[in-house]
Amino acid sequence: MTVILREGELVGDDWAVIEDGRTEIEPDGGKVIVTLARWRAERAALLARHAAVGVLVPNTADIEAVYPEIADRPVVALQFPAFADGRALSQAVVLRKRLGYRGELRAVGDVIRDLVFWLGRCGFDSIVPRKDQNLEACREALDEIRVAYQAAADAHTPIWVRRRRQVAAAH
Amino acid sequence: MYRYDETDRALVTQRVEQFRDQTRRYLAGELTEDEFRALRLRNGLYQQRFAPMLRISVPYGLLESRQLRKMAHIVRKYDKGYGHFTTRQNIQLNWPKLEQVPDLLGELAEVQLHGIQACGNDTRNITADYLAGVAADEHIDVRPYCELLRQFVALHPEFYWLPRKFKFAFTGAAVDRAASRTNDVAVHLVRHADGAIGYRFYVGGGLGRQPLLAQEMNSFVPESDLLRYACAVLRTFNRFGRRDNIHKARIKIVLREWGIERFRAAIEEEYAKINASVEGEELLLLPQDIERMRGYFTEPAYRPAAEVGADVAAIAARDAGFAAWIKRNVRAHKKPGYRVVFVSLKAPDHVAGDCTAEQFEALADICDAHSFGELRSTYDQNLVLADVPERDLHEVWRKLDASKLATPNIGLVTDIVSCPGLDFCGLANAGSIGVAQDIYRRFDTLEAQYEIGAIRITISGCMNGCGHHSVGHIGILGVDKHGEEWYQVTLGGSPSNDAAIGERVGRALARDEIAEGVERLIHAYLEFRCDEEETFIECYRRLGMEPFKARLYVNESEAAAA
Repeated sequence: MTVILREGELVGDDWAVIEDGRTEIEPDGGKVIVTLARWRAERAALLARHAAVGVLVPNTADIEAVYPEIADRPVVALQFPAFADGRALSQAVVLRKRLGYRGELRAVGDVIRDLVFWLGRCGFDSIVPRKDQNLEACREALDEIRVAYQAAADAHTPIWVRRRRQVAAAH
Repeated sequence: MYRYDETDRALVTQRVEQFRDQTRRYLAGELTEDEFRALRLRNGLYQQRFAPMLRISVPYGLLESRQLRKMAHIVRKYDKGYGHFTTRQNIQLNWPKLEQVPDLLGELAEVQLHGIQACGNDTRNITADYLAGVAADEHIDVRPYCELLRQFVALHPEFYWLPRKFKFAFTGAAVDRAASRTNDVAVHLVRHADGAIGYRFYVGGGLGRQPLLAQEMNSFVPESDLLRYACAVLRTFNRFGRRDNIHKARIKIVLREWGIERFRAAIEEEYAKINASVEGEELLLLPQDIERMRGYFTEPAYRPAAEVGADVAAIAARDAGFAAWIKRNVRAHKKPGYRVVFVSLKAPDHVAGDCTAEQFEALADICDAHSFGELRSTYDQNLVLADVPERDLHEVWRKLDASKLATPNIGLVTDIVSCPGLDFCGLANAGSIGVAQDIYRRFDTLEAQYEIGAIRITISGCMNGCGHHSVGHIGILGVDKHGEEWYQVTLGGSPSNDAAIGERVGRALARDEIAEGVERLIHAYLEFRCDEEETFIECYRRLGMEPFKARLYVNESEAAAA
């Protein structure tokens, strides 16, 4: 079983990713993540056969336009075709902060240890590191920098808001 | 000047440790070349021809004496005894050793300096009017807004992996002293008739391969919405900027491919959505946030004109050298009794923008004694002492002169802007420094320079355009032709209020022709101008390219005539 980083812990992955072009579907009942194209084409059949179905959204998709189709999915996976291609970071922030998506948000693709910190701050709670990456190092990278000026899709409060409150508290 | 608190300090310190670990892993073979490249660039570290180059961010061009003293120490300990001021108001070191860079960054962090996002595909150091706070033509001091935006974009996780570099520049005065529209985003502070402050946003500028000026996107974004609108622009870029071709990845290409209406509509739509969401609440600046930041940039303790003023003209009348310097390197100040002093980094036989350890120290002492401990860097690769009492001017001149920092050539033909070129840069196709020096030598008498008057010569060693060749009155671009260095000439560019991209004249000139070609252009101007009041750029715009082109290629013209 593939080990991934979920909510800050290394755990075995219980989801199978089904790529397009593969006709064999996982044994009935298993949890699967399918591409957006397949989800659109085979939605009813997938829901009938599997306990849970997640959707893999391309990083070129307009996430707001797609959202009505995926809002109730337990997993949304976003793609990093190259670690330095940050498009899915904006998709993630919009999903979490504007659209209010509460399910599992997963980063897949060319995910290296040095991307992990940024993923965590943009609202990814599930990270699938590239096969060659040191998993323990990936876990530690989540809090590589522990202060932040701005809030992304994370628990930080913007610095200007914190300083505003400090001033108010001092009066 | 902005002062770090615990959050700022923790951020730069933890950032140094993050980079120390990345460097260790790279040297241990755990990171590939490509992976480490992306990481080191985001800490200011470039791979140059002979050694790494470290770019140190100077936020909106503001430095203080303790930072200058630290720079003197740094260039002695980690480099060859000098640093280099760039056209984006930053400082570059040309010879640091990779394994020492984490320690170097640790030392910089002690004085609020760093290389965070100095290179790489991210939001770069913010540049600004180098006379912010002291210029008589200023309506709003931009520095508090620059700092608010600096903090917003520093290590912003959503915008850390952009399609390409992204540059902001600020100005809040009648004269644009920030080359603002050559940046991806120009923010102009404006005041409504009712007194409300806001921002005029221009987007889509950039030099390099396809030089373009930023276009007006929104004529009045309210003061509270600086971060909201910036976020909308950054998100639009992150989403739609091209990732398939590095030469087409700047936001200016999105603007060009879409056209301004569609581009503006996309930004406005995102801005409206931000404003309507929880993000909009977080990003909203309240008056007290801006007021608090303004508190870091209050006026220094100016003394009454009666105590600091002097009859400068009378002193100048007794001393020709001082008079020349006053005429060219000293400007008016908004406060009676004070002047703005330009420090020329364009002395004869010195590389434009270079500053030695001894000069850093001398400048630290001078600004402590005479300018409230602060110094600014300009996009012309010079420096500014912003608040010098008139009574101190003669002493400041003597001190600067003793350090070869008082060449009276600000804005003249020898005040040449130049990138490091092939002598240092891994991207360059041709040398810049040698060409600058050849041109310099042809005009190095003051009489010749004064006769020619205001002119802006800019040189880049490749089309990335760090030497701002596209916006020079005379711009020179180095190109490689079969292993030889050749130079294309553009005319009519400007980075200021009359911003324009220069037009290419014709075929490139060889290395041994270029300085003479520039000299011919200048002699042509002296011949063509209506009177001494008409500057080179005015004359060029009146006459157009043809008469200048005929002089630049005089040999061909003669051959054609014969």
